[in-house]
Amino acid sequence: MLPVLIVLTAIELGSGIVLDTFEGTLLRYPTLLVLVPVTIGMAGNLGSILAARLSTALHLGLLSFDTDDDRLVGNAVATIGLAVTVFPLVGAGAWGLQTFLADARLPLATVVAVALTSGVVLAALAVAVTTVTTYAAYRFELDPDDVVIPVVTNVCDVLGVLVLFGAVEVLV
Amino acid sequence: MTVREVAEAAYRESLPVLALSASGGLFAGVVLGGMDAELKQVAGLLVLVPALLATRGNVYGSLGARLGSALHQGLVDPTFSTDDKRVNAAVAAALANGVMVSGIAAFLTVALLAVLGRPAAPLSTLVAIALLAGLVSGVLLTVAVVSVVFVGYRRGLNPDTLAGPVVTTTGDVVGIATLLVATRLVLALGGG
Repeated sequence: MLPVLIVLTAIELGSGIVLDTFEGTLLRYPTLLVLVPVTIGMAGNLGSILAARLSTALHLGLLSFDTDDDRLVGNAVATIGLAVTVFPLVGAGAWGLQTFLADARLPLATVVAVALTSGVVLAALAVAVTTVTTYAAYRFELDPDDVVIPVVTNVCDVLGVLVLFGAVEVLV
Repeated sequence: MTVREVAEAAYRESLPVLALSASGGLFAGVVLGGMDAELKQVAGLLVLVPALLATRGNVYGSLGARLGSALHQGLVDPTFSTDDKRVNAAVAAALANGVMVSGIAAFLTVALLAVLGRPAAPLSTLVAIALLAGLVSGVLLTVAVVSVVFVGYRRGLNPDTLAGPVVTTTGDVVGIATLLVATRLVLALGGG
């Protein structure tokens, strides 16, 4: 497992470099710094729940990779629904904590809009990445428990940082 | 099961855990926000943050997934004991991987920043911080993962839905908190 971990760490350092590049913006708007771990964490969580469910369904022989597979489509729909539910609350929570602890320089509506936009885009990307990775593991006869969750969480982490800053560029 | 039934079941099972992990993630964010002095003092520490957090999620998330599948397949009993070879081997491998990869991440960070011509703290400082944070967070997360997966399974919860978010959440909080403690300790001992 170590070689896989090293490759994934190298990928993660890519998102670290992006953070380093945006360090000035993060320190100017600390609310965004509070959003960083929770946004990338939630993206990884949505992907890893989906991955674990698909992986167990695969182990038990209940999953087929068709666009009309009820289990596949139902889990994808749930992932988007969860993002739409949780991300606005995450934005409001980050704004609330920052207002309580320090001084929020961004309005509530902007922070919620940034969180929701990032969340919906990330959920769609998480579904795509998870489905493709699980299918690839299945085709190459690898155990999805070993492969899919690490790949999905890391790709979602990197995408999380990129999508968050995309949303900030557009909305702030 | 219809699409609607699958979606509703997945949504219902996942929402409480996601809400919990969102709270944890916000707490991790607040700790990160309070680390600005350390982030400025140790150049390269911010680069290391996603890699270290992800390592916690990867290593101990995989541990959770392995235990979850083993429970589903009936290969492991959800009881706490020190003589289950399958569980012991999984835990030892997770700890070794977690600590080693943390050190490697610090090496790669210094190399990458050198290539890019950006400022970086001394290699020994970043490696010491990464190894210390990796060891302490590894022990804490192993206890968390094994407890949550076993206790959850015994209470009839699906470990697949529990393990991922609980690991990434405790991983984020524990990861950032141990990183802060490790950084302060290494700086106090004269690193940096």
